[in-house]
Amino acid sequence: MSTTTLTAPKEQSCTLLASGHTACTGCGEALAAKLVLGAAGSDIIVTDATGCLEVFTTRFPQSSWEVPFIHSLFENSAAVASGVEVALKALGRQNEAKVIAQGGDGGTADIGLQALSGMLERGHDILYVCYDNEAYMNTGVQRSGLTPFDCMTTTSPCGELSWGNKHNKKDMPSIAAAHGIPYVATASVAFPKDIENKVKKALSITGPKYMQIHSPCPLGWRSNPQLTIKVAKLAVQTGLYPIFEMENGKVTKVRKVTTPKTPVEEYLKIQGRFAHLFKSPKGKEEIQKIQEIADRNVEKYGLA
Amino acid sequence: MSTTFIEGSIAVAKTVGVCRPHVISAYPITPQTHIVEHLSELVADGEIKAEYVNVESEHSAASVVLGSSATGARTYTATTSQGFLLMIEVLFNIAGMRLPVVMTCVNRAVSAPINIWNDQQDSLTARDSGWIQLYAEDNQEASDMHLQAFKIAENKDIMLPVMVCMDGFVLTHSFDPVELISQEQADKFLPPFKPEYYLTPKNPLTLGTMVGPDGYMETRYFIEKTMHASLQVISDVAADFHNQFGRFQGGLIDTYKVEDATLVLVAMGSIIGTIKDIVDELRAKGQKVGVLKVRSYRPFPKDEIYKALSHVKEIGVVEKAVSLGYGGILVNEIKSVFYGKPKTPKINGFILGLGGRDITADTIHQVIKETVKAASEEKFVGLNEALIGGK
Repeated sequence: MSTTTLTAPKEQSCTLLASGHTACTGCGEALAAKLVLGAAGSDIIVTDATGCLEVFTTRFPQSSWEVPFIHSLFENSAAVASGVEVALKALGRQNEAKVIAQGGDGGTADIGLQALSGMLERGHDILYVCYDNEAYMNTGVQRSGLTPFDCMTTTSPCGELSWGNKHNKKDMPSIAAAHGIPYVATASVAFPKDIENKVKKALSITGPKYMQIHSPCPLGWRSNPQLTIKVAKLAVQTGLYPIFEMENGKVTKVRKVTTPKTPVEEYLKIQGRFAHLFKSPKGKEEIQKIQEIADRNVEKYGLA
Repeated sequence: MSTTFIEGSIAVAKTVGVCRPHVISAYPITPQTHIVEHLSELVADGEIKAEYVNVESEHSAASVVLGSSATGARTYTATTSQGFLLMIEVLFNIAGMRLPVVMTCVNRAVSAPINIWNDQQDSLTARDSGWIQLYAEDNQEASDMHLQAFKIAENKDIMLPVMVCMDGFVLTHSFDPVELISQEQADKFLPPFKPEYYLTPKNPLTLGTMVGPDGYMETRYFIEKTMHASLQVISDVAADFHNQFGRFQGGLIDTYKVEDATLVLVAMGSIIGTIKDIVDELRAKGQKVGVLKVRSYRPFPKDEIYKALSHVKEIGVVEKAVSLGYGGILVNEIKSVFYGKPKTPKINGFILGLGGRDITADTIHQVIKETVKAASEEKFVGLNEALIGGK
């Protein structure tokens, strides 16, 4: 095992996700992961799915993780975390660490959904965190099940016959909640304190917890890296990314949208992945459809 | 020591139980089911203190034991056929991460067409995965091999996963007298699992890093080197077992009446028993035949096989798997044993018993006749002529 293990240089960093990793400038996921770890503290064991986070933090022989970390494969972060959790129990070490499983949107909602469902159904005491940047960014911005409607990716390009992604974003929080788990929450890197509060609350609850954090990817979204927080904030303020908590299947808390409401154009126009919607008169109709998605979210979750 | 008349699967489950696994995870698939059912019963009855994790797929079963093993737990899983293929991605990962997981591969044919009966195509498909592969001849050996498997896997100089392969139905579902291993005996043989590295906040390690062209090759080099080192460890553990229990089913290989034989059949798994009967029959008629059992397929014991067979004139390799587009798998490796040696015997390969096709005494007699008669070649034995156009 000595060839595949290494320790992070503790004294050189002040956070649990050490700086010096290779994430892109303005990476929302790096910020989200740092906030999650900061709130969770050092007595944790984390698993991670294959993806940007694992790649930019663990390039041998370096590691940014100041906490015990294991990456195995793309689709099994939840199952590996299940193994970690039961092992701690079997070894009488359950008070030693909380278990946090991590994955991107593809590793969570697509290829990893089955393993995640198993983890949620079995009642493991694990917090699963999905860093949602709405496409397969690590492989070059391909469409995932959490890519939003009409979004352009490298496998849902716009063209004569296409406005981009044909499908609506999969409602992953509801899928998680349908397992009867005690806690589901969405969050956004635009609201760091909210992330920290939710991680702390989740870890205070025994059983499976699911958190989905909206994490802009400037490279894939073709947005200005300086505007990561602004982009993320607009997704919430327009109602396109509803922020809420669900406890035992019921929505118990939401973050209100702005009044008067911010039109979705404000969010869409600063991202290249939606630029095609602004290039022809017909694009207006598509933007209207996206506005309707936001409006439905506002109504569904009571965000107004 | 008392002998129990017991089903192979139950004997294996009981042995796994006395190995004190911390975590067992499995997904049901025929004909592996009786093993994991019995283990779940042992856990439910409090006879073994383990966490039994019911998962939604074999991929997750392997992933759960991977996570548990990395956390410092002794772990076990079992599967077969399609389940094995679904696990393969994780199996490579477990070996690459040097986690000493033990699993049973109940050998079964691979789809399509779907077929639940025995051959060895499943485990042979993962021969390059970095798992040590041991093949059991009978239920006593299958049972005993599991105790040995944990000791081999957890050896500090090895730290590789071990797969015990046993023929589906032929062994798993047959009743045999088996000397079961008691808890006391198991504890004497197998020390507690104390890995040097595992996931704990007390010493935060990063496992499963991304390794580029500057370091990946070395990980393979180390596994290959360890595989060679494990040849000795497998022999030593078999000898230790012999010392404590008085039973010896071979270390890397086993031979039966090979010393003065001119013709030897080479095989793996339960077919060895059938061949031994034929060997006895032909010996009674004065024919100098024998059989060599490849017990450890990975690592492949080239030197031991050469030493055992260097005097032999004719070799028939009998196998229940095929590398489509090449032919026999084991025969290829047996041929390679003799490459560059002063004398090369005639080596014939026989593919038989695929998808549970019956292997009878007549089948083995036919194989021996062909081995004597033919020049080196490979052929399917026991084909249904009506289905292949009555040639």
